[in-house]
Amino acid sequence: MTGQPDPAGCYVHVPFCARVCPYCDFAVVAGRDELIDRYFEALLAEITMEPEAGPLGSVFVGGGTPSRVRPDLLTAVVAGLRDRFGLVDGAEVTLEANPEDWSPERAAQLARGGFSRVSFGAQSFDDGVLAELGRLHRAVELERLVDDSRAAGFASVSLDLIFGSWSESPESWHATVERAIAAGPDHVSTYALTVERGTELSRQVAAGAPGPDADDQADKYTVAVELLTGAGYVHYEVSNFARPGHECEYNRNTWAQGDYLAFGLGAHGHRKGVRRRNVRRIDAYLEVIESGQRPEAGTEHITGWDAELERAFLGIRRAEGVEAPEVAAALADDFEAEGLLAARKFEIQNGVIRMLDPLFTDAVARVVLGLAAPGE
Amino acid sequence: MTTRIRNFSIIAHIDHGKSTLADRLLERTGAITARDMKEQLLDSMDLERERGITIKARAVRILYSAADGETYELNLIDTPGHVDFSYEVARSLDAVEGALLVVDATQGVEAQTLANTYLAIEAGLEIVPVINKIDLPAAEPERVAEEVASIIGGTPEEVLQISAKTGEGIDELLEAIVARFPAPGGNPTDPLRALIFDSYFDQYRGVVCYIRVMDGTLGKGDAVRFMATGLLEHADEVGILTPEAVQVASLGPGESGYLITGVKDIDLIRVGDTVTRTDRAATEPLPGYQEPKPMVFSGLFPVEGDDFERLRDALEKLRLNDASLSYEPETSAALGFGFRCGFLGLLHMEIVRERLEREYDLDLVSTAPSVAYLATQVTGEVLEVRSPQDLPQPNALAGIEEPYVKVMMLAPSEYVGTVMELAQQRRGILGELNYLSPERVEIDYEIPLAEIVFDFFDQLKSRTRGYASLDYEPVGYRPAELAKVDILLNGQPVDAFSTIIHKDKAYVYGSGMTKRLQELIPRQMFDIPIQAAIGSRVIARETVKAKRKDVTAKCYGGDISRKRKLLERQKEGKKRMKMVGSVEVPNDAFIDALKIEDS
Repeated sequence: MTGQPDPAGCYVHVPFCARVCPYCDFAVVAGRDELIDRYFEALLAEITMEPEAGPLGSVFVGGGTPSRVRPDLLTAVVAGLRDRFGLVDGAEVTLEANPEDWSPERAAQLARGGFSRVSFGAQSFDDGVLAELGRLHRAVELERLVDDSRAAGFASVSLDLIFGSWSESPESWHATVERAIAAGPDHVSTYALTVERGTELSRQVAAGAPGPDADDQADKYTVAVELLTGAGYVHYEVSNFARPGHECEYNRNTWAQGDYLAFGLGAHGHRKGVRRRNVRRIDAYLEVIESGQRPEAGTEHITGWDAELERAFLGIRRAEGVEAPEVAAALADDFEAEGLLAARKFEIQNGVIRMLDPLFTDAVARVVLGLAAPGE
Repeated sequence: MTTRIRNFSIIAHIDHGKSTLADRLLERTGAITARDMKEQLLDSMDLERERGITIKARAVRILYSAADGETYELNLIDTPGHVDFSYEVARSLDAVEGALLVVDATQGVEAQTLANTYLAIEAGLEIVPVINKIDLPAAEPERVAEEVASIIGGTPEEVLQISAKTGEGIDELLEAIVARFPAPGGNPTDPLRALIFDSYFDQYRGVVCYIRVMDGTLGKGDAVRFMATGLLEHADEVGILTPEAVQVASLGPGESGYLITGVKDIDLIRVGDTVTRTDRAATEPLPGYQEPKPMVFSGLFPVEGDDFERLRDALEKLRLNDASLSYEPETSAALGFGFRCGFLGLLHMEIVRERLEREYDLDLVSTAPSVAYLATQVTGEVLEVRSPQDLPQPNALAGIEEPYVKVMMLAPSEYVGTVMELAQQRRGILGELNYLSPERVEIDYEIPLAEIVFDFFDQLKSRTRGYASLDYEPVGYRPAELAKVDILLNGQPVDAFSTIIHKDKAYVYGSGMTKRLQELIPRQMFDIPIQAAIGSRVIARETVKAKRKDVTAKCYGGDISRKRKLLERQKEGKKRMKMVGSVEVPNDAFIDALKIEDS
């Protein structure tokens, strides 16, 4: 809420996958590769439809599996964004990539085309777990990813890990985190496997298959925090760790309730208190854009106290917490918050709300979102 | 005078066609045309219609031109269909000389019918057995006729066979009513004695009494006295139901109708009371009157504390029409402010709860049903204990007595073993075992009422695949080895889960309840010990382990709106929880926890 707003971020969605992972609930398509060229034309068209914005502070090209498509298509999107909005000096431009798609040549081409950061869906260093998660790579392929990417010119390399699938033993997870650290990334994200509605995993669990166990995941989370912070990574958000200076700028901006543009299938954007989302069906997305319209599926206006509550609920995911004096004051008077404060799950100091145990972030977030505006 | 009057009731099990038969009689005698007829006219409350039961009796006068050329006045007095209302059934039966025993040709006799038939026989009524639904393909009229004959005596040939639906046999039935039911006695010159067999509250007219004149006459304007309550009033209006209300100048011996005095308080008009005239008062009231006595008690609490006043208003309104419902304010540490309600029985309790929720839009938590115990203290004082909280401490207690009921169960013979096993588990003492036919057995037990209120009926139904039926009547108090078991959440007793139970079953109750609660109470910020205790002695213990993780892994740009809404929904869900001390307990847990299966 201070004078000069941060530069906006930008998200670009590339939905194409070789196959859909059983736990994934993103806007993805498998077996529609014939649409790739048409899709990227639509993306470039959509970028020209977006109202004016200042130079972008960060870009995140996610998916889906963006690394599956030709590098020139991806770098053309970066060029399109640069032409339309400009990029601030040293802007972070991230590409999500699957290990099996990676090669030194590809890496070099993407780096030359403007990508400065790569985030790999490594998920696990245990081949059994990888198979259960429906991943197409092997653990051994992960060893060289970081070095290869740096050599190709990427300034920052991140590995995503998933913990808590049923075939993963505590030892397996321990080894995965250690091997990830040994690979030397600048950034690591560790995600508890989550059963999302409408996924293959949720169907399996509904049919009686073992789902993730909350206690097992809590143990593994704790292990990850210990090993990664012990290795010098800063635990800067619930699921994210980075070497100093390597926090993901794009995500930092979204957690700060910053503005971000969004392009592509099912993409969500946020500008000036309006959250908007694109259509999620690829044929509709293409047809709407080709008819000269924006592929918007809906908007939501968040203003006043609601916006302040949203900023707080996002902000408490970060290690430094969120400065929100009015919310903090209301929270300090709340009966449920009292229990969480007493249990040292979070703290309130000088108007800053900060989690002490990130495993209870949702418990605090629920209380935050239920707070009445002052004077109501 | 009364030789051309016939007063009768219909005794039938739910769904055996009582209402349809009543409609058919009205239609056939021209009291109402088929076109005007709201189907099943006699059941006027929605809830009755849905559940297929009759809560409140009604009386209808119909005129019938018999084959002998004479016109008869037939008074059909409807009776409540369920055991909970057996007092009201008995008073309705006092108002008639005959009863049609209606049995479904596909189902045979049910326990409830049997119990009411025994009541009718005890009341000295003439009984005409009727087999209904003979039009159905599955009808077995011969088998059922034998069954009926073996219960009431007589031969299967005397059993009428009808279909109320198609009208077959209705003419023969009307003739049988005239021929086989006796005319009422009574002398018009004797002092007035009129039996109140039902009443209801009309918001414009006040309490409307249904009466049957036994002796003397009652006319409009007469000064009357209600003998049990001593109430003095004037007869503002006297009339009959055809079924529309029609004012008449007076009612004489053998006649039934209604009486309006302008009284607004239903408590002053009691079913079973005798109305007499003050100018020539009767010296003796009619026999059979009893104060309404609740048998089953349960605490009703609003989920939202703010609804307490609404609950009070709703109970007041229900009571206007239901003098047998009693309630008094109760405070529960766990559930806040509510009412301890007394009911005639389980069905009565269920009906009241459902009406409160449905008609008054209240969200309620109800505690485990209990019975009234008699606790003798060491001082010799005897206390009626309607709530476990009121039971004196073990060292202040000299002894406890609990109410027993005689339970009559009817079941196909292959289930005799199953039924007996259940009854034994519930501390039953076998009475008679009576084969009504080779296929059907009447099994009588004396069982503590407390064992019945605790899901006995559900168990009986599920163990006999729905084939067994049951009825019960109180048989008095007996000493018992009872203990109060408390359930403690996080060290605090939860009064809603306390129960008085036989000592041999305390452990089973305690361990069942703690296990059940462990499943029902969601994990929270801290370990929650759940204990069952008798006094200070813990007899069972479980723990709800502290929650260790309450966070979603991902919250990125695309997740924010969805995530916020998800959290807001979860927050809403928490409103359906009650705080018990520092523990959140889902409202449903209070109900679900009480459904412990027998192990």
